Amino acid sequence: MASTDTTTTNAPAEGSVEAGLDALETTQSSRTPLRRTLVDKVLPPLAAIVVVLVVWQGLITLKIVDDPTKLPTPGAVWGAFREDWLQGKLLGYIWTSVSRGLLGFCLALLIGTPLGLLVARVRFVRAAIGPILSGLQSLPSVAWVPPAVIWLGLDNSMMYTVILLGAVPSIANGLVSGVDQVPPLFLRAGRTLGATGVKGTWHITLPAALPGYVAGMKQGWAFSWRSLMAAEIIASFPDLGTGLGQLLENARTASDMAMVFEAILLILFVGIAIDLLIFSPLERWVLRSRGLLVKG
Amino acid sequence: MATTLAKAARSVEYAARLEHVSKSFATPGGSQLVLDDISLDVAPGEFVTLLGASGCGKSTLLNLVAGLDEPTAGTIRTDGRPALMFQDHALFPWLTAGKNIELALRLRGVPRAERRGKAEELLELVRLGGAHGKRVHELSGGMRQRVAMARALAQESRLLLMDEPFAALDAITRDVLHDELTRIWQETGLSVLFVTHNVREAVRLAQRVVLLSSRPGRVAREWEVGLPQPRRIEDAPVAELSLEITEVLRGEIRRHGQH
Repeated sequence: MASTDTTTTNAPAEGSVEAGLDALETTQSSRTPLRRTLVDKVLPPLAAIVVVLVVWQGLITLKIVDDPTKLPTPGAVWGAFREDWLQGKLLGYIWTSVSRGLLGFCLALLIGTPLGLLVARVRFVRAAIGPILSGLQSLPSVAWVPPAVIWLGLDNSMMYTVILLGAVPSIANGLVSGVDQVPPLFLRAGRTLGATGVKGTWHITLPAALPGYVAGMKQGWAFSWRSLMAAEIIASFPDLGTGLGQLLENARTASDMAMVFEAILLILFVGIAIDLLIFSPLERWVLRSRGLLVKG
Repeated sequence: MATTLAKAARSVEYAARLEHVSKSFATPGGSQLVLDDISLDVAPGEFVTLLGASGCGKSTLLNLVAGLDEPTAGTIRTDGRPALMFQDHALFPWLTAGKNIELALRLRGVPRAERRGKAEELLELVRLGGAHGKRVHELSGGMRQRVAMARALAQESRLLLMDEPFAALDAITRDVLHDELTRIWQETGLSVLFVTHNVREAVRLAQRVVLLSSRPGRVAREWEVGLPQPRRIEDAPVAELSLEITEVLRGEIRRHGQH
């Protein structure tokens, strides 16, 4: 250390330049304040809903449509909601469908995940069923209802089958595209760290593929929900318990237009609510933790 | 008996030994020779820079030493599995800075209870104490390369391979990281094989500079850098030797325009 004397004169404190650079170059990320979230995210959709209600009521008040069996008033639809709520049936309808949908989705996850991994990693499997799997995504899952009824009869297993056929391809395809998009650099870095084989899949490939996988899950849920509603409408049977699809079908048979609207709105809101409560936060969390979510 | 054997194997006189290594890649027009008959030793604790223009196969050579690819001919022996640092930090964005290091420790078989403490120590070593919970995207380019260095050090390899790790950084940050790398190299006694196309960087850091010719890559010349560390990139002797090496490098490049 003969050079100590010369270095101490031009280096006041070791690492201080570095500390300065670090401070200058680090970006502070902060959360948006609640008030701005309300103004930017909550207010616009609320305004849109109000506009729709005003136009709807206007159509009836101005007698542009004056047949209540074609278009009920917003008040009548509200009355249908209220009545089901007071009779304690509303939550029952929702729960019947949501529990079916979520259970079917979880099953689809259990099947779609290993299937996706297999297609992504085994060349022969990819060549064999890859194209079919992505083709199945464009087949409307309603098409599976008639064969499922014939194979399994009118029971819950038929519903789950239809959900699976709708959601499994989405989930598997999401995982496949997630794995395909893993930067090769991560795999090389992983290999030099000793992550090969199963360790490589678990520590590197799967976490790196998570954004694509979550996108597939999100789409898988949308497909699950749609197929389930189709199955409930087509195969409505009293013993199965009344879900939202059956509610809609019952309303149609009774020619109760207020109830038809009630059922449609419930199907819409439940689908959106599950997405907003589960999948969107999951997706945001995955993207934000990787710095991939750019604030607009 | 087993222990003496192990000891004999332990006291190797090289961190990496390349003997007559060649590498060719298959191309549509036949096979292309990228590396031709390269023999090179890196002694334990030695800092060697591999210098060359583009197309000299520096990165290919490093991949071979890292075991990510196989040579077409010749043998490569290393003292244990080497650690590798890339030009891009290659940190995993789904993990925090500290967890990136802990993953390296975990893959090396370090028990869970010790990982956190070791990761903190390594972060201290690269002067990033307190950055354990930081996400990769929250760090600056220089900080990311230091975390990557800490992750490479976590492998406790005796040889650190570096593939132009500072090429994408600004001059001031690069300067600081040169100082850090020199300090860490001196503190840990690692062997380093550092690839770059920056002559001054090569001279600033190394004990020995190896110049590769291009297409195919061959060892063109070697220089021993007898200057004491810590050096600065602006030092007159560094500049002088850089000038000499640059002239030879230019001569190598010129040959390619002549036919």
